[in-house]
Amino acid sequence: MTMGRAGTIARRSFVVGSVALLGGVAFGYYQYKRPPKNPLLDGLGEDEAALTPYVLINADGITLTTPRADMGQGSYSVQAALIAEELDVALDQIRVDPGPPSKAYYNTALANEAVPFPSTDQSTAANAMRGTVDAVMKFMGLQLTGGSTTVPDGYEKLRMAGAVARETLKHAAAEQTGLAVTQLKTDHGAVVLPDGQRIPYQALAATAARIDPVTNVTLRPSTQWRLIGKPMQRVDMVAKSTGTQAYGIDHRMDGMVHAAIRLNPRKGGDVVSFDASAAEAMRGVQQVIEVTGGIGVIADNTWRAFQAADAIEVEWGPAPYPAAQSEHWQVLSDTLDAAAPDATPRDDGDMDAVDASIEAEYRAPYVAHAPLEPLNATVLVGEGRVDVWTGNQIPRMTQASVADMTGISARDVHVHILMMGGSFGHRLEDEVVKRATELAMALPGTPVKLTYKREEDTAQDYTRPIALMRGRGAVDGGKVTAMEIRVASPSILDSQMGERQGMNLPGPDSAITQALWDQPYAIPHYRVVGYRPPKLGPVSSWRSVGASQNAFFHENFLNALIHEAGADPVEERLRLMTDAPSRKVLEAVAEMSDWGGSLDRNTARGVAFSLSFGTPVAEVVQIRQTEAGIALDKVWVAAEVGRVVDPINFENLVQGGVIWGLGHAINSQITYADGMAEQQSFFDFEGLRNYQTPEIFVRGLENRDRVTGIGEPPVPPAAPALAEALFQSTGERPTEMPFANTFTFV
Amino acid sequence: MLQLTVNGIVHQVDVEDDMPLLWVLRDEIGLNGPKYGCGVAACGACTVHVGGVAVRSCQTLVSDVDGPVMTIEGLGTPDEMHAVQAAWLEHQVAQCGYCQGGQMMQAADLLTQNPDPTDADIDEAMSGNLCRCGTYPRIRAAVKSAARSMRGA
Ligand code: FES
Ligand code: FES
Repeated sequence: MTMGRAGTIARRSFVVGSVALLGGVAFGYYQYKRPPKNPLLDGLGEDEAALTPYVLINADGITLTTPRADMGQGSYSVQAALIAEELDVALDQIRVDPGPPSKAYYNTALANEAVPFPSTDQSTAANAMRGTVDAVMKFMGLQLTGGSTTVPDGYEKLRMAGAVARETLKHAAAEQTGLAVTQLKTDHGAVVLPDGQRIPYQALAATAARIDPVTNVTLRPSTQWRLIGKPMQRVDMVAKSTGTQAYGIDHRMDGMVHAAIRLNPRKGGDVVSFDASAAEAMRGVQQVIEVTGGIGVIADNTWRAFQAADAIEVEWGPAPYPAAQSEHWQVLSDTLDAAAPDATPRDDGDMDAVDASIEAEYRAPYVAHAPLEPLNATVLVGEGRVDVWTGNQIPRMTQASVADMTGISARDVHVHILMMGGSFGHRLEDEVVKRATELAMALPGTPVKLTYKREEDTAQDYTRPIALMRGRGAVDGGKVTAMEIRVASPSILDSQMGERQGMNLPGPDSAITQALWDQPYAIPHYRVVGYRPPKLGPVSSWRSVGASQNAFFHENFLNALIHEAGADPVEERLRLMTDAPSRKVLEAVAEMSDWGGSLDRNTARGVAFSLSFGTPVAEVVQIRQTEAGIALDKVWVAAEVGRVVDPINFENLVQGGVIWGLGHAINSQITYADGMAEQQSFFDFEGLRNYQTPEIFVRGLENRDRVTGIGEPPVPPAAPALAEALFQSTGERPTEMPFANTFTFV
Repeated sequence: MLQLTVNGIVHQVDVEDDMPLLWVLRDEIGLNGPKYGCGVAACGACTVHVGGVAVRSCQTLVSDVDGPVMTIEGLGTPDEMHAVQAAWLEHQVAQCGYCQGGQMMQAADLLTQNPDPTDADIDEAMSGNLCRCGTYPRIRAAVKSAARSMRGA
């Protein structure tokens, strides 16, 4: 794969094809030349103008369309702020609307993780490749929220949308008043004339709709910003502080029925037989309907539907994957023993020539997403039209699936994205919508709200894949000189995009070696090899994806090697680091935590670093031995994101990411027995509780121009930093998550 | 028919005795504030007050309700916030926000019983309320602010 070939194919307009996205470049580039159809132009009234795909101004006011979904990370607010900065409106003057599914909202920043260049490589070749992948993303129309892409994707696009809208409104005002555009200003949702008279944007909508948009606009310099970088109140904060925020699960409609479901807990297995007679006789139960892999119950109340679903006697078919957890580990072990690599994305120096006698084997378990709001969807199958109300991150794919299932054209499938009570990757899947659609197809004209019981949500979770790592390394003269990491992990790409979305993308799966091969260390002999085992259970993207387990492998092993070398983990990393912004986050966290300062007898610390989704993050975790077990004491975090758009939300997300990373590393796993997850609910799968949570000190750095996201990158370093602290405290280095299997925590 | 007073309004509901209060509130009365997270008293998303005391409504049978019920909607409104809600807004506690109604009801109960809670008191009272987004540092800060403002300090 060379740039030359990519360029040639692009000029010749070849078809979508291989090396994941490379073959698609050509067709994608062709599509790229045509601007995507603007979805807001459909169904606009007389006085309405859709200036860009992101701004709608009409009699109701100003609506900013925020194509990236909000799972709780404040993306509606951040996106609105980026638009508002250039549009000259205040955040309390506007409404945000997640927008209809449309190809106009392709997600470009995701492409940055899909190319074979480390994100620290801003060379021309690397950026050119990102550009062509960008074209393919446009072609595929991936309206997908994930990979911490909201801010980088929107950082320029949304401000540009705001600026284009503003300049076009000024031209509209010039036309209406006969004044020159240069005499006009904008402020707080209005064009201001030289005499101080204000024309609200709404009054200019009709004219603005008629004239050509002004597209040669320049973005304001950061010195003129009113919103970006300053603390702001998130647009959803009043509702979420008063219990008045509605989520997908709260959707209600006239005539709506409530549904529950029992799906084969051997995920993807069949229903052999079932007896619903007891369920059918229960109060409020209207209908029992067989669906793919399970049985649904329609009732007049969610609890009655739950009760009836539990009362169905079912014989389930076998799991389409090994029944016992030990067999899953065996598959991975066999893969590392004998299979050919999926990819060797890094091979510096000559690993084979080194006597790398320091060895390690580490494991990461399956983990569930378990957002607090269980999966749900409301579907209404009408005459030639389907409406779906749900919270998910993939509205375009959902629209296509529902169109497929119902035979109604995608144009007439309306997916309404509602607020999500968390996702963490769970809502990158749309099985719940498919099941709700099957139920709704049996009841045309009746809105059906399907709510998963918590136990069902856990049982049906498409987990983070398990991963097994074997490492070899060497040290010499107080320095780390060689490190080889071989990792086997089931392919998310195969399971999620291939099996469930029908997009078979050939080539290596970059998630298997994510955050292993692109770390900014100049270890003289440094090799990363990924292995793709045969398919096991269904797996999916989990907050920070491959980085969540790979950073544990990489950094825990690097800490082990540094310990063997007798070096300091901060000093040795600084010595090895090649990327200046990455060095700065490590220096910042060392300074914040007073690294090297004296600690009391019961206290120990560990440090780790990870570069994921383009964001370098370093963390120091401090633990304390108590009579009740090991307590998390303090955590210091520094992250480089180019620009902190909202410092309050930034701090909240970083703290949440650290808590997520620590909590799951300590106590969370999904294990299979008889083909079923052994865990059920928040009593056996929970993450951290309030009393276990450390104090967390956060610093955002802005040492480079490129803007990157923060939703996921704080997660990966948490587990290895804690692992190192456990080693420092006990002399025993953790080799598998969850650590509570081996250590006693408070 | 069972009679239930919720946020000061009397409701007659025709439901089974063993229906959990949560589902009476949500699906029969139509209140969205109490949330379903687990149904087994393991997350606290469904927390409401019965007779002034915080309970998990998912594990409270409707026939066992022996006092007036208050949900997060009854604690305060966007126009007239309770001190706990105001503190939650001031600290911008929420991420997804799904757990926060339950968190605030639990915090309001704590502060009624203990106007000046220590860190350990807060940990103990609040640890049955799970937040999958990890907003605990802000919850602690907001509970302390609310305590100060309720004490008039
Ligand atoms: S829903 Fe009641 S405690 Fe979880
Ligand atoms: S804010 Fe999302 S669960 Fe607490």
